[in-house]
Amino acid sequence: MIQFDQPNIANLPELRQIGKPLPRIDAMGKVTGATQYAADYTMPNMLHAQVLRAKHASAQILRVDVSKARALPGVVAVLTADDLPGAQVATDIPGVTGTSKRAGTDAPILARDRVRFMGEALAIVAAEELAIAERALDLIEVDYEPYPAVFTPEEAMQPGAPIVTEPDNIVARWRIVKGDADAALRDADVIVERTYKTQFIDHAYLEPEAGIAWVDENGTLTIRVSTQVVEHFRSIAAALQLPQNKVHIMGTLVGGGFGGKEDITVELFIGLAALKTRRPVKMVYSREESILAHCKRHPFTITHKTGVTHSGRILASQVNLIADSGAYVYLSPYVLLYAASSAVGPYKVNHVTVNAYAVATNNTFTSAFRGFGAAQACVAYEQHMDEIAQALHLDPRQVRRVNYAQAGDTTPNGQAFRGAVWLEECAQRAWDALGETPPPSAPNIKIGRGLASYMQSYGRITWFHDTSQAWVGLEMDGSIVIRCGVPDIGGGQINTLAQISAEVLGVPLERVTVYSTDSALTPLAGTTTATRQMYMSGNATYQAAMAVRKTLAERASQHFECEPAEIDFADSAVFVKSDASQKMPLTQLIAMCAAEGLPRANLSLFKAPFTEKLDPDNAQGDIWPDYTFGAQAVQVAVDLETGEVRVLKSAACHDVGRALNPAAVAGQIEGGATQGLGYALMEDVQIVNGVTLTPSFAEYLLPTARDVPETKTIILESGTGLGPFGAKGIGEPALTPMAPAIANAVANAIGARVPQLPLTPERVLAAIDSAR
Amino acid sequence: MHKKTIHLTLNGEAREWSVYPNELLLNVLREQEYLTGTKYGCGIGECGACTLHLDGAPTLSCLTLAIACDGADILTIEGLARDGKLDATQQAFLEHSAFQCGFCTSDMIMMTRALLNENAQPSEAQVRDYLRGNLCRCTGYASIVRAALDAAALEKQRAEPSAAS
Repeated sequence: MIQFDQPNIANLPELRQIGKPLPRIDAMGKVTGATQYAADYTMPNMLHAQVLRAKHASAQILRVDVSKARALPGVVAVLTADDLPGAQVATDIPGVTGTSKRAGTDAPILARDRVRFMGEALAIVAAEELAIAERALDLIEVDYEPYPAVFTPEEAMQPGAPIVTEPDNIVARWRIVKGDADAALRDADVIVERTYKTQFIDHAYLEPEAGIAWVDENGTLTIRVSTQVVEHFRSIAAALQLPQNKVHIMGTLVGGGFGGKEDITVELFIGLAALKTRRPVKMVYSREESILAHCKRHPFTITHKTGVTHSGRILASQVNLIADSGAYVYLSPYVLLYAASSAVGPYKVNHVTVNAYAVATNNTFTSAFRGFGAAQACVAYEQHMDEIAQALHLDPRQVRRVNYAQAGDTTPNGQAFRGAVWLEECAQRAWDALGETPPPSAPNIKIGRGLASYMQSYGRITWFHDTSQAWVGLEMDGSIVIRCGVPDIGGGQINTLAQISAEVLGVPLERVTVYSTDSALTPLAGTTTATRQMYMSGNATYQAAMAVRKTLAERASQHFECEPAEIDFADSAVFVKSDASQKMPLTQLIAMCAAEGLPRANLSLFKAPFTEKLDPDNAQGDIWPDYTFGAQAVQVAVDLETGEVRVLKSAACHDVGRALNPAAVAGQIEGGATQGLGYALMEDVQIVNGVTLTPSFAEYLLPTARDVPETKTIILESGTGLGPFGAKGIGEPALTPMAPAIANAVANAIGARVPQLPLTPERVLAAIDSAR
Repeated sequence: MHKKTIHLTLNGEAREWSVYPNELLLNVLREQEYLTGTKYGCGIGECGACTLHLDGAPTLSCLTLAIACDGADILTIEGLARDGKLDATQQAFLEHSAFQCGFCTSDMIMMTRALLNENAQPSEAQVRDYLRGNLCRCTGYASIVRAALDAAALEKQRAEPSAAS
């Protein structure tokens, strides 16, 4: 059930297409199988690439002998580190100003003398057939010598630990200080201290990483690839020592991203092979390779020490966070910042100290994953709110109520919430939507309920100086063309732009075509990450469409002899608002403009707020443009005999500012909640002594259609977002509160807490036993 | 290894294939027929992305040897729409936006089609049970289940045009 409430849209203009669940413009290709994903492309004379991956988590490489592989008929090239001296890939955030790449954060494209995680790339084979490339991998001889390894961040922080990343394995650190938490803790009636842990999880997009690269007739390395970031062309150029204008990324529709296709995947392997062989080279990861070798979500250990009054008011919080960054840095510093900054959640706390560390280990590297650290923080702070309530013998919802932030309150960094903060309303609506608690279906079943509130930023870090560009034009037949570099990863990114331009120019949605995701041919629009595309590229598209509309309205106003503000556009016609008989087809107006050389197109750049970097002493300062708020409530049944948890009902309520396409918004919320369910109950990339024990979907369990409960989705629209028409981002927020809501419901059912995700039957049974 | 010639029907058309004994149906469809609507997701039958209909039954083409398809009748997502008209399942998925990235959409539609062939009026629980082997990472299955239930209604409506008025 999806419910829409619009309690505060009086300030929004009359809208004809925005706010309607229109079928998406990418629907026809997807329901007929015609949509081409990266692995669906082939080219004449194409080679197939495979990558040899390390079989040890930590070892020195004594010898790599590729002579037998090179001699295999059908093998065209075998590349090792010796063939690409110095080739490194930056793992810091690409394409930003305001931050400098830190020394020692690069990863080798192919390991040279040492491997740091199991699955690290050692060699590339390009062959006439895939089967030949696979056989060639088996013919490469590698001699390893085990090297001291470390597999937990806590051990890696100890003096004398094996060093994965110089100088001390600590790849990122944030310290946030607001007020005086030490002093304020002394005034508390009660201090509640608990530790919560989260696990490695895999993005498990159904489309494995894939791409095809070739060198075109101008010597440009062209890569058609499934990616969230076409602007990696710059770091690819740097790694391959090419001019930036000689690397061309053609993004495809992405078969799921969730942050896992934010970093470079196949691009450098196939790019190198194409440069070497001068033939097109294709590579598709196997599922096992995907699980072994792309980034994972950071596991966190988070300890909260909170001072509260007897009435539940939080006086002070000290929070320590330790994240496992795995073998390479990638986006760990920023994931850690998201976690640290949201460590106390959407609550007003005047005295906060946060100490956060990301630490290198010999585990698979970790990086972006929907929620990006803020989700892990929520797992901790929302369980902790329930623990505080239990310590005080208060209702958890009451403890939240007395602490919820209001508009104008500030984060631990001192950033103020400038828009609506509808935390209490979202929580109330979600909780009420659960309805009555049913009686247990059997004597061994216990029913529990849980709630989680959250805050999650949308838009990138403001000292990254984020911009997006879009080009909007009207064709002579009244159809709309949009050119925008946005990668569409399934969230409806392209459709959103189409719907915005259709609204502004009064053209039916199906008459909009979007050319997207091309680093050379479409205006650069930035990454499809950080819940930013609707906000950034949506605004760029809105600005461009409004500029076109302004020109057309001025010309029409001369024709109709009225003020431009009196002109409106709908149903491919232009008319005078106050006199509907004054009307002409849009094509007629376009022809008039064309005959006079008036522009019917506009390229617009949208610029997010820019800020300075944080104060290095206390991390005070603004970090994000804005936040989305909401709540998730669940009802669970726990089997006391088996420890199995079943989610019976799920109710989510989010203030999305404005739902540009309610069907797409509901899809984000329903899908995010289901990912959160997997995070809470079943998903776990088990890496033991550096070895991934869960390399397939037989071991790595995902929610199926049978695991998903009855779901209620309540969409509130405060109209206060920074996106077009007052919209806020919902991509990442949809996931964030689900896992802690389930953990709270389980604790409510069994009277004991399992402080470690996922809540497996074994852990739940152990908690039940310990509570007896 | 030697290739063997087999004959089959693919999306209603007669086909002659020359295949090695170890070639997978999924790969032959994608690489020889260029029918890329059927997807590789895991290669070992755990995700459902490669689902098609083999002699009317939903089948994982990543676990099926092409050589075993001699004489078979194969239907893929590309063959589902007839005479330019979407199948009721496709129409329902389109109207409900029952997809996000779309990578599992082909297999979800082929499974829904198979379900409706077996059971014209499934319950929600029956839909969820039937789709349990097909993974979707984007939608949380909610819109897919809504579309599947609506496809049954749409098909009934199409079969009885008078009821639609």
